[in-house]
Amino acid sequence: MDSILFIIAAIAAIGCGLNLVLQTHPISSALSLIGVMSSLALLYLLLGAEFIAMAQMIVYGGAVMVLFIFVIMLLNAGAEKRSDKSLFAQIAGFPLLAVLVVLLSFLIRQTFPSTVSEVSFGEWVGGTAEAIGKQLFTKFLLPFEVVSVLILIAILGAVVLAQKEID
Amino acid sequence: MSFFLIVTLVKIAIVFAVFMTTLAYLQWVERKVLAHIQSRTGPLRVGPHGLLQPLADVFKLLTKEDLLPPHANTFFYLLAPFIAVSLALVSISIIPFGPEVAVPFGKTFMEIANPNVGILFILAVSSISVYGIALAGWSSNNKYSLMGGLRSSAQMISYELPFTLVIISPLLLANHLSLRAITDSQAGYYFDLIPRWSIFQLPFPQIFGFLIFMIAGFAETNRIPFDLPEAENELVAGFHTEYSSMKFACFFMAEYANMVTIACVATVLFLGGWHPLFPAPYSDWVPSVVFVAAAMLLFLQGNKIGRKGDHVTFPIFGIGALLLAFLFAIPFLQTYLVPVFWFVGKAGFLLFVYIWIRGTLPRFRYDQLMHFAWTFLFPCALINLLLTALMVAVFPDQK
Repeated sequence: MDSILFIIAAIAAIGCGLNLVLQTHPISSALSLIGVMSSLALLYLLLGAEFIAMAQMIVYGGAVMVLFIFVIMLLNAGAEKRSDKSLFAQIAGFPLLAVLVVLLSFLIRQTFPSTVSEVSFGEWVGGTAEAIGKQLFTKFLLPFEVVSVLILIAILGAVVLAQKEID
Repeated sequence: MSFFLIVTLVKIAIVFAVFMTTLAYLQWVERKVLAHIQSRTGPLRVGPHGLLQPLADVFKLLTKEDLLPPHANTFFYLLAPFIAVSLALVSISIIPFGPEVAVPFGKTFMEIANPNVGILFILAVSSISVYGIALAGWSSNNKYSLMGGLRSSAQMISYELPFTLVIISPLLLANHLSLRAITDSQAGYYFDLIPRWSIFQLPFPQIFGFLIFMIAGFAETNRIPFDLPEAENELVAGFHTEYSSMKFACFFMAEYANMVTIACVATVLFLGGWHPLFPAPYSDWVPSVVFVAAAMLLFLQGNKIGRKGDHVTFPIFGIGALLLAFLFAIPFLQTYLVPVFWFVGKAGFLLFVYIWIRGTLPRFRYDQLMHFAWTFLFPCALINLLLTALMVAVFPDQK
């Protein structure tokens, strides 16, 4: 059951990712990105990280992508034109991509040798809101606070950029 | 496993059937209530008191011509109503309608699912449901639709902030994210009189939180006074101008489904879910008393000089109400029906408030709407959250 769901979510994620690159219209690409985010949320959920899955949907699937779509609609961006492909990309594109994928998977296998034979739902219970809250406010308190200051700086930057010039 | 599977399927079937009927008849109730607010009679021709009007509307919408605008982006144009309606229908699945009850071969909770992250699931669904409206507006290739879609996106992004912030306050009181645990934390009474619902719960009663939640909920569901995305006098019909037939009905259904969801969530978060207003010895008999009173009123009304047919229909409805009162008085059925009665009563009252406000308030102007969200509602929600957090931290034993 878990592996079936994993395969569905993984295929959806890869399919949406490919569609994101292949589509010429920005809205289609943005929607494919939402598909990628949602499939990732499903994968997180399968691993037992329920809080992260929901946060992924709310923050990335909802807030961030709504802004993307909003900007695309406001600018009324049309479909992009296909430029003449370079000869190098036409000939060497797919072989090089295949080499990259093989290299990446080889490196991942080397650096993270599989110690767990199988991952199944419910095995790991550290993904609840309580567990994450405890971790954030004990073990990772300093990074958490640093990130919040970073976000504060970004908000201040937005306010400075948006404020009217004082004559 | 098979017990769980069968019970869940039965529960899904029941919730789906009741939810769909509610959606259809909510529209009848809305038209009736609005009509009486405006001194009209409302639907009256199709069936007694227009009770078959929803059925007639469904047939009307099904048989209308399904237009596809030639310059629309076909894929997204067809996708948008699908997104809107499916996301609107999914949230009801985690609402707890009652306590654990006995069913044949076991016990089960009166809800379809109870994820640990319950309330976050509802926020996630509501945050992606804006795509249905935004895409509908954009793909119709019509400037009124586009304006409606853009307005709706901006409005939903803005009101998502106070909406989310104000949800955190009852969560601080309940100390849990699951909707069932939130309901359970509101059980009991102060001095055997005042229920421990979030709006009354010490250390910081959430009355303001409830008001902010309802206001933000109105904006999230694009209802009057915040129905700028479909303001008729400015935008024809807003984002669904180009939609007809069942595709229009999908948006229509999505709006009502969102209304029901917001009312249910408000009931669970602030009004104690299925926990009754009065302590147990009295509350089991309240539904019967209410239905008997309704029956008496209907019999009296049937005796008065009214429209032709009222002498027949009102007593029939009165007998129906008496039957309901009898059902609610059977002790075996009380364990199942009384919690649902309280839940439906509270959610139904909130839905009535929705309709009431539609009948009484005019529409905001767009700049007023944005100004209201960012400079009034958002700070209010923030202050409410900070005060709640402070009180919970200072008086941790009051909970």
